[in-house]
Order: sequence, then structure tokens, then C-alpha cells
Amino acid sequence: MKSLFNQQQLQITIERLAHQLLENHLDFSDTVLIGLQPRGIYLSDRIHRKLNALLPGAHIPYGKLDITFYRDDFNTSSELHVAQETDISFSLENKKVVLIDDVLYTGRTIRSGLDALLDFGRPESVELLVLIDRRFSRELPIQPDYVGMTVDSVATQKVRVLWKEKDEKDEVVMLD
Amino acid sequence: MSLSVKHLLGIKDLTPGDIDLILRTADQFKDVLQRPIKKVPTLRDTTIVNLFYENSTRTRISFELAEKRLSADTINFAASGSSVSKGETLIDTVHNILSMKVDMVVMRHSASGAPHFLSRHINASIVNAGDGINEHPTQALLDAFSIRERLGGLEGKKVALLGDIMHSRVALSNIYLLTKMGAEVTVCGPPTLIPKHIEKLGVRVSYNVRETLAWCDVANVLRIQLERQNKPLFSTLREYSLYYGVNKALLDSLNKEIVIMHPGPINRGVELNSDVADSKQSIILDQVQNGVAVRMAVLYLLAGKKEEALS
Repeated sequence: MKSLFNQQQLQITIERLAHQLLENHLDFSDTVLIGLQPRGIYLSDRIHRKLNALLPGAHIPYGKLDITFYRDDFNTSSELHVAQETDISFSLENKKVVLIDDVLYTGRTIRSGLDALLDFGRPESVELLVLIDRRFSRELPIQPDYVGMTVDSVATQKVRVLWKEKDEKDEVVMLD
Repeated sequence: MSLSVKHLLGIKDLTPGDIDLILRTADQFKDVLQRPIKKVPTLRDTTIVNLFYENSTRTRISFELAEKRLSADTINFAASGSSVSKGETLIDTVHNILSMKVDMVVMRHSASGAPHFLSRHINASIVNAGDGINEHPTQALLDAFSIRERLGGLEGKKVALLGDIMHSRVALSNIYLLTKMGAEVTVCGPPTLIPKHIEKLGVRVSYNVRETLAWCDVANVLRIQLERQNKPLFSTLREYSLYYGVNKALLDSLNKEIVIMHPGPINRGVELNSDVADSKQSIILDQVQNGVAVRMAVLYLLAGKKEEALS
């Protein structure tokens, strides 16, 4: 097991990602944040909190999206996925959506996410923010717009983001 | 995580974990059904046949809608007007349908045990949509879902099943489900409509409607099933209504507000009066609405199971 990020690095990176979002979206008047269930929401929670601190008074719509029913491996996967809550209480019609997940690997989760998003309206644009980009491992033409850290890894390795809220500490590790 | 069974033949075969998984999955499907686009692509390569050997309005529409909301392809089969009237057997009919690459069977049949019999002869997953006087598992699941939604849970809740317990598959499925999930159950009706030894299933028996209503949090009022009663079990419908019917005056005299359910179709003025069926205490239409979400959950979880068995 190799540590890629400790708590301090993680915090600095999340801060940078929030500032990059701010740079591109300024007052967030037409922008909404969508975190992907289950593990993307720890990141999106923090980004949302950070942005609220940077833009006091701005009300940034924030939702959570579960992609279980949109997966492309329902008939081939050996395990059945249990659906988590989807909580999007606003329309995405003509909004600029920032999709947030912890690790980008094959791109299939994001493809399912794009499919699911369309059921809530037609967004003006969709951007992708990820904490870890496992590059050179994409199975679909999907690239992130905001990246915390780029990682080179092989298929047998696993990258796991640990969150204090769930795993008792903040850390990014690579498992062989 | 997945179900411990390949078919949904009855609640009898499910574990409390299975029931919990179905209800939690149904929560998410209920959420899908509130959206502007009420459809997900999950079962787009699955074909399901709805095999109805007995009449149905709600269950049949509910299953068909659940299948369509999941993007499955559906075929509807009604025994009347089919080759069943030419003498084709159940197994032959089903084998012929399955040979056209159908993946799942939803079946209602007037013979108790028909889906269990079929499950021993075919590979496709079977969902029992009611078999004779045995079980109606998806009805019990949607009843449980509705109780849980209204009262916040099932454990420790007091549920009364009123009326024709003897001929009701809804009653039996509800008894299995509620006792497995830690609810208390009382069955109540005329002695001729309550099977002997039913207390062996872990329920209380009462012959007094007023007393039962005063005890319970929820009353599930069941339909008098005249079509299944081969001999007279009470004198007249009027007499039944007088002694066992639920009306507003009776509920108002209880000093507490209980939740009223009915699996439909209602015999208005017999087991349930209109002043109760259409009141705000009644969650009858919520039950119908929840039925779609619960059936989506059952189909989704069983379709996933099918592939697991193959791999």
C-alpha cells in the first residue's frame, strides 16, 4: 500500500479545486454541483462547503446522483449494486453542471452519470471534476475538466480515497 | 448484496434481509417515479411476460407499468382468448412463450401453488402475482412499504387484518411478512372466515371488530371473496356489513386515528364504507402508487439474480 496524499495535501488540493471552479464560474448564478453516489459525495460535500465559505450569501444548488439504474454492466456484473439516494430537488434545464467524483478510471461511471443527468433536464454544459485521474486507463472518450492529482497505475492496482467522515482519516492510497 | 431467492413465489421463502433490501430498493424507485422522466434504462435487454390466468386490474397494470419504467420489453397474456381454451397445459404454454427468448414470468393463477409448480420446470425467474388462496407477495410488500412510509417502520407496529382471512392470499402474505419484520398482527372476522389453527403463524385471533380497531395502528380491510366461497359462510352481505363492516361512525368512536388500508377492489358498503375509503385516514391510493415502485424493486433484484446464477 502506497500513500499518495496525506490529510494536508488533500485539504490543499480541495481548496485549489474550489478556487478553479470559482475562476470559471464566478458567482455561480447558473451553476449547480452534482456529487456522484456513493463515494463522490464526500468530495462534493467538501467542495460545496468550501465554495459557500468563499462566496457567503451565494446559494449554490447542490445535488447527489446515484447511477445504479443506469449502469452498462447490469447483465454482466457478478454483483448486484444496491441503489443509494438520488437527491436533486431542482431542474438541470439550461444549467452549467459540475459533476463531481472521487476517482476517474474507465469512464463508465461518468457515462452512466451523463445518462442519468439527462433525466433531470437538458443542461447547458457539463464539466467533470475528479480528485484522482487514473490516466491511460479510459475505456470511453471521457476526460476531466478539473483534476486534483493525476496517477499512473496498472489495472491490478486500486486507488482508494479515504474520508474522515467514513473511514476515520483523510488519505489517498494505492493498493497493489 | 442480493436476494436469497431466484423466484418470488411467496413471502414465506424470504428472509427479513430480503424484505429489507426490496423495501430499500423500492425507496429509490419511488424517487425515480417522482421525476419528470419516470423511466430508467436498467432492464432494457430483459423481456418479461405477464401471464394472467385470473382477472386483475391493479396488479396487472402495476406490473406492466413497473416493467415499462424499467425499460423492459413486455408481453401480456390473458388466459381468456388464448389457446388455453383449446386445452393447452400450463407448462406447454410457458415453454412456448419462453422459447421466444423471454427472461422472466409474472404469473397470476387461480390454483394455489401454480407458480411453485412452474418453477420446478423452467429456468426463468417467476414472480407470483397471486396464486389461488395461497400468497400475493408483491401486495404484502407494497402494504409493508406503505405502512413504513406512513408510520416510519414496521417493528412493534400493531396491524389488524379484517375480513375474509380464509380466502385471502393478501392476508397470508401479510401475516408472513409482518411477523418476520417484528410487527404484531391480529386477524379479525366472522369465525367461518378465519381458518382453524391460524394462531400457529404467530397472530392473535379476534371476532370483535371494535376491539380490534381500538387495539391497532393500521387496519388492512380485506375484500369478501364471494367468487371463492363455495358454500354460504355468512347469511347476507347486509349482515356482514352490519357486524364486520368498517364505517366512519365506528372509527370516530375510537378516540384515536388509525390508518386504513385495502388491497382493492373494494366492495363499497360491504367491508368498507365510502366515508372511510375516501377519507384522509385511508392510504388506499398510496398503496396503489407504491405498488409500482415495489414491483420495480422486485423485478430489478430478481433480474440481477438471474445473471448471477449464470455466471
